[in-house]
Amino acid sequence: MLVLTRKVDESIMIGDDTEVTVVEIKGDSVKLGISAPRKITVHRKEIYLAIQHENIYASKTAVDRIARIGGMLKKKK
Amino acid sequence: MKLKTRPYGEIEVHDKQKVHFPEGLIGFERIRDYYMLDSKEGPFYWLQAACETELAFLLIDPRVFMEDYELVVSESELLPLKLETPEDLLDFAIVTVPDDPSMISANLMGPVVINRKTRVARQVISQKDTYGVKHSILEEIKRESTTLAETC
Repeated sequence: MLVLTRKVDESIMIGDDTEVTVVEIKGDSVKLGISAPRKITVHRKEIYLAIQHENIYASKTAVDRIARIGGMLKKKK
Repeated sequence: MKLKTRPYGEIEVHDKQKVHFPEGLIGFERIRDYYMLDSKEGPFYWLQAACETELAFLLIDPRVFMEDYELVVSESELLPLKLETPEDLLDFAIVTVPDDPSMISANLMGPVVINRKTRVARQVISQKDTYGVKHSILEEIKRESTTLAETC
């Protein structure tokens, strides 16, 4: 991993079109500003991991448990 | 063609049921080809991996249990789908059914979006911070029926 020290208002470039700027430092929190082209998506890592865990959990859904619950949903519509 | 599926064993599937995820699902990046199967168990669909019989996800249109559901994602997330019109967009949530089926939940934080014309799909991340990965489906139905009772 590349580790760089930056101060407030300083930034780093990733490639030639993505810029990450340190906007504010308060206690143990760092506020980052990210300016990137439209095609780049930026997410907080914990959200990504939460979805990953849920996908793994969802992939284990047992087929025989669904019949009962499916009936309940149908009634509503 | 015949396909071995986790929910229904070997069944006949058609090309039009094929869905391609160029990046896979989050955590399942290497598995890119799936078939969408109508579920026999209610308002669900199965997303069955083409090459791995044991891998299948249950999908639902969140509007089935949540009338005011909104898909809110950043434009960049939808660009890879190359949508010509918004009508070509289909969106689903992946459903988790734990040992206690009443705890059934939908992952509203990571919806699956599909271009219905090209059947290219991807899992995106919702921008709505009230949507979690384990949104209780039955709680949501309860909430909706209470609201209905109040307005009547």
